[in-house]
Amino acid sequence: MSNLQANKISKIFKDNKAFIAFLTAGDPSLDKTEEFILAIEKAGADLVEIGIPFSDPIAEGLVIQEANERALSVGTTTDKIFMMVKRVRQKTAIPLVFLTYINPIFVYGIDRFFKACQESGINGIIIPDLPFEEKGEVLDVAKTYGVDVITLIAPTSKDRIQTLAKEATGFIYLVSSMGVTGVRSEIKTDLKTMIDDIRQVSETPIAVGFGISDPDQAKAIAKISDGVIVGSAIVKIISEHGDNASDSLYNYVKSMKEAIS
Amino acid sequence: MSKGKYGVHGGQYIPETLMNAIIELEAAYEHYKNDQDFQDELTELLNEYAGRPSRLYYAKKMTKDLGGAKIYLKREDLNHTGSHKINNVLGQALLAKKMGKTRLIAETGAGQHGVATATAAALMGFECEIFMGKEDTDRQALNVFRMELLGARVHVVTAGTMTLKDAVNETMREWTKRVEDTHYVLGSVMGPHPFPEMVRDFQSVISKEARQQILEKEGKLPSAVIACVGGGSNAMGAFYNFIADKEVKLIGCEAAGKGVDTALTAATIAKGSLGIFHGMKSYFCQDEFGQIAPVYSISAGLDYPGIGPEHANLHDTKRAEYVAITDDEAVNAFEYLSKTEGIIPAIESAHAIAYAMVLAPKMKKDEIIIVNVSGRGDKDVAAIARYKGENIYE
Ligand SMILES: Cc1ncc(COP(=O)(O)O)c(C=O)c1O
Repeated sequence: MSNLQANKISKIFKDNKAFIAFLTAGDPSLDKTEEFILAIEKAGADLVEIGIPFSDPIAEGLVIQEANERALSVGTTTDKIFMMVKRVRQKTAIPLVFLTYINPIFVYGIDRFFKACQESGINGIIIPDLPFEEKGEVLDVAKTYGVDVITLIAPTSKDRIQTLAKEATGFIYLVSSMGVTGVRSEIKTDLKTMIDDIRQVSETPIAVGFGISDPDQAKAIAKISDGVIVGSAIVKIISEHGDNASDSLYNYVKSMKEAIS
Repeated sequence: MSKGKYGVHGGQYIPETLMNAIIELEAAYEHYKNDQDFQDELTELLNEYAGRPSRLYYAKKMTKDLGGAKIYLKREDLNHTGSHKINNVLGQALLAKKMGKTRLIAETGAGQHGVATATAAALMGFECEIFMGKEDTDRQALNVFRMELLGARVHVVTAGTMTLKDAVNETMREWTKRVEDTHYVLGSVMGPHPFPEMVRDFQSVISKEARQQILEKEGKLPSAVIACVGGGSNAMGAFYNFIADKEVKLIGCEAAGKGVDTALTAATIAKGSLGIFHGMKSYFCQDEFGQIAPVYSISAGLDYPGIGPEHANLHDTKRAEYVAITDDEAVNAFEYLSKTEGIIPAIESAHAIAYAMVLAPKMKKDEIIIVNVSGRGDKDVAAIARYKGENIYE
């Protein structure tokens, strides 16, 4: 069976508030990751971010750090993740985006990595430790293989916002809060002002992530943006339910998608 | 545009959340490094508070015993707080003060950088939080107490390998949480630009003094300068003003741990490959998928899977040479210097002493070696006793 043609990232934001779900590949196993991605899609998610685990994920809070450790401890590797993505691609056209650190990409070989992304049907990549100033490291190669390098904009970006936004493709990942990933009870950043700043220079869809976990938060954020990204809350469900997380993931994602629709 | 390059190494590979802080730091450093008042104030602190210049001591008994090159010891162990780390910390703390920061955070391995940071914080009135791996708070318990005594809060890091690498991870995470009022005092010539350059500049006082001192004492330059390398700050400081003197060999001593052919090693140049981690492109101990390797050394300060980018370039261009020293060799040198010269070196510095013991006998008597004694060994006495099977309490 051949790969399905992946839908374009931009398509998911057309007349729709997007729900973007993150999970760590290989937590608790790659077979389960495949099953979870399909459950999440069935529940209404519009895009799935797949974390390639890294030994030292400096942008992650404890919940996702532990998922990285679990995934690596069962022997998850970049090669095996590409094979898993290929299997998923035979079953769904949902856009898939990798999230990983620059070292696993660099050491794998930048050309080899992005070629494999194209072959397995990955649409984009988020690299938390590759700021604007260093994105030349991967940008041309990623473009050649049709992979969007997603731009992150943070509460501290301030005078950098428009420079960053101008070159953004796929979607813009607006980081809601200071610090690392993890569930937060309150998001204090003035997102509206940041979004207005971005809108002056870019039409690229804006999805907000970091700290979002419950339907009310998601609903409020979806009102001012094009979508919400949820990571730690999903990874937490997987850590609690392990192999049997599919039903809980389905119910959770369904409730979140309904809240923002 | 990528900044802070040393050949292919260096750069600024950090989360967007930290970029403005790094840009602000770079601008402040560029300004103050050429500001005479700042430099005068720093020199005053280094001299009156930290006790500089440090002595260049002729190790007569050691020279005679080894029977080759003349050995001089650059006594960074005599600095206030007991190591070279204070040189960098006073520079960064003064800069942070000028930038209006009120809080210092830092990683520490052996605890020496943490103690120096806690000291500067006490002196200059900063809030201070130190991150240290659990493995290291166990083996360097004395320094934990020193930091607390100085008013710092010590966070025990239980993630990953619970050593220096993980302490750096955690300090970076902390910085992304609170960056407005906080300066991250990075402890070595590593991390994103401008840290490798700034820390090297602050440490280069070591070779500035040593070069002048040896010319005064001997009327000529040394044949070799030897220093231990964790991230590489004492070595960069000891090498820097000799780089242009092509006839001076620069030798960095990495921690081989149980041996470079075992998994229990931290010898980055011997075992590492090119990667991008902790803000910089450089050499790292890692696997084929770019997962950073768990490293090991008896020395908490050298127990790090990477090396500063300027060292990586000095290696590439062959201007410096890097050798690996085992735990056993370092412990032997630790005891040797104690017994021979009455100087108890830090176990980190003992790696440099160990190589001088190998090299000196092969050299001519009119040749000179300068060994940088980066710190004193009081902090290590209990751990060395345990290593030798004696159970003493700290
Ligand atoms: C006495 C001493 N020497 C050397 C080091 C290693 O650091 P660097 O390579 O940056 O000099 C340390 C670090 O803790 C130390 O305490």
